[in-house]
Amino acid sequence: MAVKSGAFRGSAPIFAALGDGTRLRLVARLCAGGPQSIARLTAGSEITRQAVTKHLLVLADAGLVRGVRKGRESRWALEPEQLEVARRYLDLISEQWTQRLEALERHLESMPETKARAGKRKRSPA
Amino acid sequence: MSMITTDRIEKKIQLRHPRSKVWRALTDAQEFGSWFGAVFTEPFKPGVRLRGKVTHKGYEHMTMDVTIERMEPERLFSWRWHPGAAQPGEDFSDEPTTLVVFELQDVPGGTLLTVVESGFDQIPLARRAKAFRMNDEGWAMQMKAIEGYLARSS
Repeated sequence: MAVKSGAFRGSAPIFAALGDGTRLRLVARLCAGGPQSIARLTAGSEITRQAVTKHLLVLADAGLVRGVRKGRESRWALEPEQLEVARRYLDLISEQWTQRLEALERHLESMPETKARAGKRKRSPA
Repeated sequence: MSMITTDRIEKKIQLRHPRSKVWRALTDAQEFGSWFGAVFTEPFKPGVRLRGKVTHKGYEHMTMDVTIERMEPERLFSWRWHPGAAQPGEDFSDEPTTLVVFELQDVPGGTLLTVVESGFDQIPLARRAKAFRMNDEGWAMQMKAIEGYLARSS
């Protein structure tokens, strides 16, 4: 889908990166557990370290996570830009409310006025 | 933008209708459902938890889970929910909810309606991220929202 302009420019890589269950789980684990090694991220799951690494690299490309070297161990952390995800989420919620309020307005237009205020506004025949 | 809030959104709309009419559209379960896009079979009352079947085309298998909080006639109406709707088998009930508050005010020629939804910072990031997930029900809905947004802002 071509998103050419507007507030969502640049979102596509984030959406694509999060469009996968494994990557979402990795984000969730980093979110809950803070920076951690691939070994810890892999623990308790079925997927291989190589697969996790591949997914982390996709997330890194989208700017969602970053690798941090600490001594010999490399750890992965969420980027502070994850805030961007939260903000974009809010943009979407906000847009949903705009649409709902427009639907409310259309609904009100379609409902007859109560007796007391009836006939005040010019109404075009349905 | 230096001050970014990720916790709440606020919308205002001026409606050319009296408060009584707007109040009914918000709090009559049937009327509410007809514009919000969900079927509620029980009346709205403070403290009541309601499940509404979504009626939007293509999303009919989803449900809205709403707990009514306050109803101050023609002034304030609020509920808590898990933002959006759930698919069958999805259970958000252990997760935090957001609070939706409608406030009605008289203005010349009609009613000023303010809606505030807050508490998003308590919603797990993964849950929020899920709203973007491709091939997910939420995604298609969101993309439509984006299209609408772009159409209007271009």
